[in-house]
Amino acid sequence: MSAWALVVVFVVAGAVGYRVIRGVPPMLHTPLMSGMNALSGVTVLGALVTTAAALTTGSRALGALAIVLATTNVAGGFLVTHKMLRMFKKE
Amino acid sequence: MPAFAHNTTAVLLVLGIVAGMRLMNSPRTAVKGNLLGSFCLLAAIILTLTRHGLMTRGTLWASMAVGASLGAALAARAQMVHMPQLVALFNGLGGGASAAVGLIVLLQASGGVDLFGRLGSALALSVGGATLSGSLVAAGKLAQRLPQPPIRLRGHTALTMACLSGNVVLLVLALFPGPGAGSAVAFLMLLAALCFGILLAIRVGGADMPITISLLNSLSGLAASVAGLALRNPLLVAVGAIVGAAGLILTQAMCRAMNRSVLAVLAGSTTQAQQMSLDRARTETPAAPAAPEHKLSPEFILETARKVVIVPGYGMALAQAQYQVKALFEALEHNGKEVTFAIHPVAGRMPGHMHVLLAEVDIPYDRLCEIDDVNPEFPETDLVLIVGANDVVNPAAATAEGTPIYGMPVLDVGSAKHVVVCNLDDKPGFAGVPNPLYTHQGVVCLWGDAKQTLDDLVTYLGGH
Repeated sequence: MSAWALVVVFVVAGAVGYRVIRGVPPMLHTPLMSGMNALSGVTVLGALVTTAAALTTGSRALGALAIVLATTNVAGGFLVTHKMLRMFKKE
Repeated sequence: MPAFAHNTTAVLLVLGIVAGMRLMNSPRTAVKGNLLGSFCLLAAIILTLTRHGLMTRGTLWASMAVGASLGAALAARAQMVHMPQLVALFNGLGGGASAAVGLIVLLQASGGVDLFGRLGSALALSVGGATLSGSLVAAGKLAQRLPQPPIRLRGHTALTMACLSGNVVLLVLALFPGPGAGSAVAFLMLLAALCFGILLAIRVGGADMPITISLLNSLSGLAASVAGLALRNPLLVAVGAIVGAAGLILTQAMCRAMNRSVLAVLAGSTTQAQQMSLDRARTETPAAPAAPEHKLSPEFILETARKVVIVPGYGMALAQAQYQVKALFEALEHNGKEVTFAIHPVAGRMPGHMHVLLAEVDIPYDRLCEIDDVNPEFPETDLVLIVGANDVVNPAAATAEGTPIYGMPVLDVGSAKHVVVCNLDDKPGFAGVPNPLYTHQGVVCLWGDAKQTLDDLVTYLGGH
């Protein structure tokens, strides 16, 4: 994908995210933040591709570390968010 | 998989994630939203692996298995009161992963990475590095492993600016790698980013934590997104940008709730101890009317009140008194009283912290009211019960010019008929501003561990 197309994706996605999140009530701000936090572990996609393409042992080790960190972020983030959201009950 | 099918799937996954976020708008659908989000992310991982022919790479799966088990173990042990530091920790890990991706690409920059790729990876390294160190410092502060008050080094602002400008210079150098020096530049850039994150986070005081956490959350999304630019991965760019924007909204919401600007928080100017203005606040606060000879007993107030509003604060979380709050809530309801909760947006250490703690003890979420809805109700309220809240009910916010809380919208509990305060002591809150409410007429203070104080009240109500 060309550089400019990627910049467009960046801007559009940012604007969409901004609009969608604005409606979340303060009550759900902690789970929202924790859920968004889990999503920021999406960087695991980059870590996977980079590690697979890494040329040196050092880079591969660093890549493996990046995958571990990112998946901890993703798995832990989604699980605690789930744990929190399940507690919200109506009368 | 042909490119067209791949791109279509990627777009569908992004739409799925956006739909999941939309479902977060209501507590009824939020669980589904989170599940949808996690499913889409898993699908994105598989899509990426298939696309690059990596499905059979054992080491990649093994690394993911290690991370997933670590995350699951941390999540399983997590208690609600520890949520802020856990979210901060996870956030730091995500930032660290983005920084590592940037670092790997830069170290191999000779291997045919173009200018745009180098810019993206240098940004991922910088933003990710600052997110990593900043989040870890924030997590340490929240977990009370690091000192709570803001730490200001000699020449703090100059140091911070030096790190930032050093980082920018190195970033420009990284764009045009000369022979040999590439890795030195990359490691120095990481160092500058890590120092910047630390300097930024140690200067933020406890009360400004919700803003810092939100901002760091935004940065980790941004780091992922720029890593996506470096790798030309539109899926990564899109999801990262969405997260970055979401963090920005929460940061704005928190700043509005505290009536301060992001820059002021980051510069540490709001949490600075400003002794002079504090003294002025003390003297300028209108002298409370002489305490009446006999204040009404809290038991009597509790018994005669019809409309009760409970105001929880971070002290409730610290005392782990949410179970006692729930018991009191039930006892009051049982005695036919109308009970609601008033929750200030920045009560606690992260946005929405109080709501989670009260949800944990099964308090129905439709009883939790926001500041704008509840403030007009206070004049008709018979009793306000404060449990571990201080700065968010401090009337000095309107008058104490120059103090950290000046101008912050607070819960106007003073206009209620009676106020019973169940706080540990009469010391100022995190903002360091004495609370004149404690000496107002009609305010009864029950100092001590909120757990014990509330237990006594519950026992009293139960006996009637």
